[in-house]
Amino acid sequence: MKYKTQKVAYWFWALSMLLLTIQLTYGFIMGFARVGYDGLHQWIPFNTAHTVHLNTLVVWLLSGFMGAAYYIIPEEAETELWKPKLAYLQLIALTLVGVAALTGYHFNIWEGRKFLEIPRELDWLVAIDVILFLVILLMTILKGKKKSTTAWVLYGGLAGAAVLYLPGMISFDSQVLDSFFRWWVVHLWVEGVWELIMGGILAFLLIKLTGVDREVIEKWLYVVIGLTFLSGILGTGHHYYYIGVNKIWLIVGGIFSSLEPLAFLAMTLWALNMYRKGEKKHPNKLAIIWTLAAAIISFLGAGVLGLAHTLPQTNLYTHGTLVTAMHGHLAFWGAYASIVLAIIVYAMPNLTGRKLYDHPRGRLAFWLSNIGIFTMVSAFAAAGVAQVYLERILGYDFGQVQNEIKVHFWVLITGATILSTGITLYIIDFVKYGLPTDEALES
Amino acid sequence: MLTKQQAKIFFLVGTFVTFAIFIGLTIYSLQQVQTKLPEDVARGKHIWEKNNCMGCHTIMGEGAYYAPELTNVIERRGEPFVRGVLQTKKPWQPNGRKMVAYGMNEQETNDMIAFFKWVGNLDLNGFEKVNKKVSPLAVDHMKSNN
Ligand code: HEM
Ligand code: HEM
Ligand SMILES: [Fe+2]
Repeated sequence: MKYKTQKVAYWFWALSMLLLTIQLTYGFIMGFARVGYDGLHQWIPFNTAHTVHLNTLVVWLLSGFMGAAYYIIPEEAETELWKPKLAYLQLIALTLVGVAALTGYHFNIWEGRKFLEIPRELDWLVAIDVILFLVILLMTILKGKKKSTTAWVLYGGLAGAAVLYLPGMISFDSQVLDSFFRWWVVHLWVEGVWELIMGGILAFLLIKLTGVDREVIEKWLYVVIGLTFLSGILGTGHHYYYIGVNKIWLIVGGIFSSLEPLAFLAMTLWALNMYRKGEKKHPNKLAIIWTLAAAIISFLGAGVLGLAHTLPQTNLYTHGTLVTAMHGHLAFWGAYASIVLAIIVYAMPNLTGRKLYDHPRGRLAFWLSNIGIFTMVSAFAAAGVAQVYLERILGYDFGQVQNEIKVHFWVLITGATILSTGITLYIIDFVKYGLPTDEALES
Repeated sequence: MLTKQQAKIFFLVGTFVTFAIFIGLTIYSLQQVQTKLPEDVARGKHIWEKNNCMGCHTIMGEGAYYAPELTNVIERRGEPFVRGVLQTKKPWQPNGRKMVAYGMNEQETNDMIAFFKWVGNLDLNGFEKVNKKVSPLAVDHMKSNN
C-alpha cells in the first residue's frame, strides 16, 4: 500500500466476510426447506431466512464497496484519508445497524418489501452512516493532489447509491406505488449506479494489473458507464409491465432493457482487451483471474440471463418464478460479488505485506466457488423453466408443481456446497494474510 | 478514434436525456394511478408489509417463490378459504410447506381480504390472467390424483 490509512479497508472487508458466511448459511436454510427439511420453521421461517439472505448479501457488497473506496481513493488522490478515525466510527455504526436489523428479522420487525426490509427508524441511521462515509471520501479527494476519473466515477456511483436509497424510505398505502418506487432503489442500483462502482473498481484494477495507459482505460470507462445509463434508466420499465401502471412501459422497458446487456458486453471486451494489450507481468495472478471473471460472468448473469426474460412477451410467463432466481444469482455473483472478491485479493498482499500471490488454495477457492454457482444457476434454470411450463402454460396448481421440481433443489444444495467450500477456502486465505501493518508501506 | 473527452460527453448527454425522459414518463404514468385508497385496503397493505408476506409469496409477481402468487387468490380459492388460512392458529402446511400461523382477528382478516380484492381488480396488462386459467389437462390430472 502507498498510504497508511488505506488499512481501514481491511476491516470493512472483514465485515464482508462475516456477512457472506451468514448469507450462505441462510441460503442453506431455504434450500433445505425447499426439499422438505424445514425443522427450523418455528424459529426461522422461510421469510426470515429469505430476508436475512438478501440483506446480508446487499450489506456485504456495500461494505465491500466501502472498503474498496477507502483503499482506492487515497491511492488515486495521492493523499492520506481525511480523518481516518471517523472511518472507523463509520464502520462501527454500520455494524451496529446491521446487527440490529438482522436481530429484528427474527422477531417479525421489518418492512416486508423485498430487499428494503430494514425498518424505517434504522433507515435514518443508515442514511447518516452513508453521509459520513461520503464526506470522508469527498474531503480526501478534494485535499488530494490528483483528481482522477476513476476516483470520481467510483465516488459518483457511491453517492448515487446513497441518493437512490431515499425513494425506498417513503411509505405508501398503494401496492402499485410501493412497487413503483421500490424499483427506483433495486433496479437503479444494480442496473445503474452500482455499475459505476463496479466500473470504477474495475478501472483501478486494470490500471494496476495490466499497466496499460490510464487515459486509455478511463476513456473506455466513460463508454461503459455511458451505455449503462443510456439503457439502464429507461430500462427500469421492465419492472413496470405488470404492476398496474401505463402500457407505455411495455414498449419503453422492452426496448431499453434489451440494450442493457451492451454495457456489460462493453465491460467484458474492455477488460479482455486491456489484459491482452498489457504486459502480463503483474505477479498477482489470482487478482487477474478474479478481475477477468467479474468482467465475463457479469455479462453472462446480467446480460445474457437478463435478456432471456426481459421482453414483455417472455416476462409475462417468467415474472415472479424461479427463472428470476436463476438470473438474480448469476448476476449478483458475476458482477458484484466477483468484483469485491477481486479487489480484496488484489489488495491483501499490499496491506499485509505477505506476498501470497498465486498458490493452490487461492486457485481452488476461485474454481470451486465458480463451479458451485454455475451448478446452482443450472438447477434454478431447470426448476424455473419447468415451473413456467407446468404452472403458467399448462395451469397446474402451484403446490403440485413445486413437488414436481423438488429434485432440482437437491442439485441446488450440491452446487451450494461446492460454492461454500470455495468461499471457505477464500476466507481461510483472508485470515492467513494476517492483519494489515504499516510495515507493508511501499516507499 | 474516440477521444476521452468525446466519451465523457457521450456519458453526460446520454444520462441527461434518458433521465429527463424517465422523469417525464414517471409523472405521466403516475397521474393515472389511484392514490386515495379505501381505508381497509390501506390497512390491509400495511398488515401485508408488517408480516413480510412477500418473504414467501409473490404479489403482482414480486416477492419470494416459496409460496403461491396471491394477486388473484380470492378468485382462485374463494374468500372463505382465504379467511381460514389467515385466522387459523394451528400451523398449516399445504403440500408439506409450512406457513406461519398468524391467527388474525376479524378486523385484520377483513382488511387483508379488502387488500387482496383491490389488487385482484387491477389491470395488470394480462398478468392477472396468467395465474387464473387452469387448463383442462391440469384439471384431469388433479382429479386423477384425488
Ligand atoms: C448486475 C446486474 C443485475 C443484477 C444484480 C440483477 C438482479 C436481479 C434481481 C435480484 C432480480 C429480482 C428482483 C426482485 O424481484 O426484487 C432481477 C429481476 C429482473 N432482472 Fe435483473 N439484474 C441485473 C441486470 C439485469 C439486466 C441487464 C437485465 C436485462 C437485460 C435484467 C432483467 C431482469 C428482469 C426482466 C427482471 C424481472 C424478473 C421478473 O419479472 O420476475 N437484469 N434482477
Ligand atoms: C449457499 C449458497 C446459496 C443458497 C443455498 C441459496 C439459495 C437461495 C434460495 C433458496 C433463494 C430463494 C428463492 C425463492 O424465492 O424461493 C435465494 C434467493 C436469492 N439469493 Fe441465494 N443462495 C445461495 C447463495 C447466494 C449467493 C452467493 C448470492 C449472490 C451472489 C445469492 C443471491 C440471491 C438473490 C439475489 C436471491 C433473490 C432472488 C430472486 O428473488 O430472484 N444467493 N437463494
Ligand atoms: Fe431491472
